[in-house]
Amino acid sequence: MNYRSNLERVLSKGKLAVTAEIGPPKGSDPDKITRKGEITKGCADAFNVTDNQTAVVRMSSMACSCILLKMGLEPVMQITCRDRNRIALQSDVLGASAIGIKNILCITGDHQSFGNHPESKGVYDIDSIQFIQTIKNMRGIGVFQSGDKILSGKPDIFIGAAANPFADPYEFRVDRLEKKIEAGADFIQTQSIFNVNKFNIWMDEVRSRGLDRKVHIIAGVTPLKSLKMADRMRFHIPGVDIPEHVANRMKNSGDPKREGYEIALELINDIKKIKGVHGLHITALFWEDVIPSLVRESGFLPRP
Amino acid sequence: MIITKQKDFNELLSSVGKEPVFIVGCSECATMCHTGGEKEVLEMKGALEDKNIPVTGWVILEPACHLQNDKRILRKYKDEVNKANKILVLACGNGIQTVSEIIENAEVIAGNDTLFLGEIKRANEFEKRCNMCGDCIEDLFGGFCPVSRCPKSMLNGPCGGSIDGKCEVDSNIDCVWDLIYKRLKEKKQLQLLKIIQEPKDWSKSTETRRAL
Repeated sequence: MNYRSNLERVLSKGKLAVTAEIGPPKGSDPDKITRKGEITKGCADAFNVTDNQTAVVRMSSMACSCILLKMGLEPVMQITCRDRNRIALQSDVLGASAIGIKNILCITGDHQSFGNHPESKGVYDIDSIQFIQTIKNMRGIGVFQSGDKILSGKPDIFIGAAANPFADPYEFRVDRLEKKIEAGADFIQTQSIFNVNKFNIWMDEVRSRGLDRKVHIIAGVTPLKSLKMADRMRFHIPGVDIPEHVANRMKNSGDPKREGYEIALELINDIKKIKGVHGLHITALFWEDVIPSLVRESGFLPRP
Repeated sequence: MIITKQKDFNELLSSVGKEPVFIVGCSECATMCHTGGEKEVLEMKGALEDKNIPVTGWVILEPACHLQNDKRILRKYKDEVNKANKILVLACGNGIQTVSEIIENAEVIAGNDTLFLGEIKRANEFEKRCNMCGDCIEDLFGGFCPVSRCPKSMLNGPCGGSIDGKCEVDSNIDCVWDLIYKRLKEKKQLQLLKIIQEPKDWSKSTETRRAL
């Protein structure tokens, strides 16, 4: 079988996939991205490049993905609907496909009021589900969102989407996942998990609806680098659920950085045993150096 | 209701200068918003006169956005208007422009900022309700509008950032998706939320359709 991407190949063979997040630099220096690529090379099946995350201006996900491609790393290019209308979104999908990007993760995007340009105007012409459906139709039928035909080259993209198992209204979370699958998502990357019990409840519902057989679920894990980061994520990032016992471990530890690492190892160990989880996505926010040992100690090396 | 907010008085002073002013208010939305009714127009008159700025007269248009009515009413104030170099309009962005269409010889100054089409929740408390998109789809969402009330205009469910039913962008406003979910649950119509809503047809919006 021909796989669209390495990530699809690993997931389709039923192996636990590993993806790692690479945050683009706040500047034009390409060395910042190549360094992160060198550190994490061989540790993951694909490398997730964020698109102006938290609405802070950074190097474009397309350019960073291109740099990773040149290094022989496979990117998962994130595209948000915050900054582009349907014309620009589809144009970027065509462009990404043309330069060899095989995986795209579609997200609506963090609201601009949280970033470094709160005065900007958000676009939000379409939402993430509509974007997923748009790429699916570009890929499958060869039509743009308007119905106009693609003339030369349908973008053969492995389509990703995000899911948050912890957000409100809680009862709607699996419904929304199901909509993303129906729209055309091939893989799902979840919000970083700290509350395994709550994630298990979500996964129970996912399995009972048979959704784990329709889509590849990649569970997010974030090593907490410091107490400050733990508090920030706990109280200021919407949709992140850090339970008290995890927060207390960070607070009471003499070496919070080490503690954060140990917590991440334990989380990976717990999550990888959950039925229906097809992979782990490691988001080490500006702490990419930790990824190789985290992946090695979790028993994920060498990558298939 | 078009919700307006009066500009900062010092900002208005720098626009008005020291020249004679005629003040225009509006009987409808600006009256309800307390930004350009008779009371506010008279307060403005007093405040300008306190700064030794001559006020040649004032009028409340009924309403300011009605071109033919405005022409008829303003005809009666011809002398006062002619004596003024500045026309300070305490109405919405529409009212200001309608006045500009009629009075060509004086500089028209916007006294209010126009915020949104919204609801009067209680006195002096307003909330946005409509984007005037030209294609109402509220019946799909239990009578609530995610286009105008969700800061991301999401049509296929909540973003996941709300906290205790409040919007992640502004904790003073309800997450409209929380309202939609609860209302449809009550009505046993949650299946409506399973339908994938297609991208909105913005060609029906006022972006392109400017006259009717």
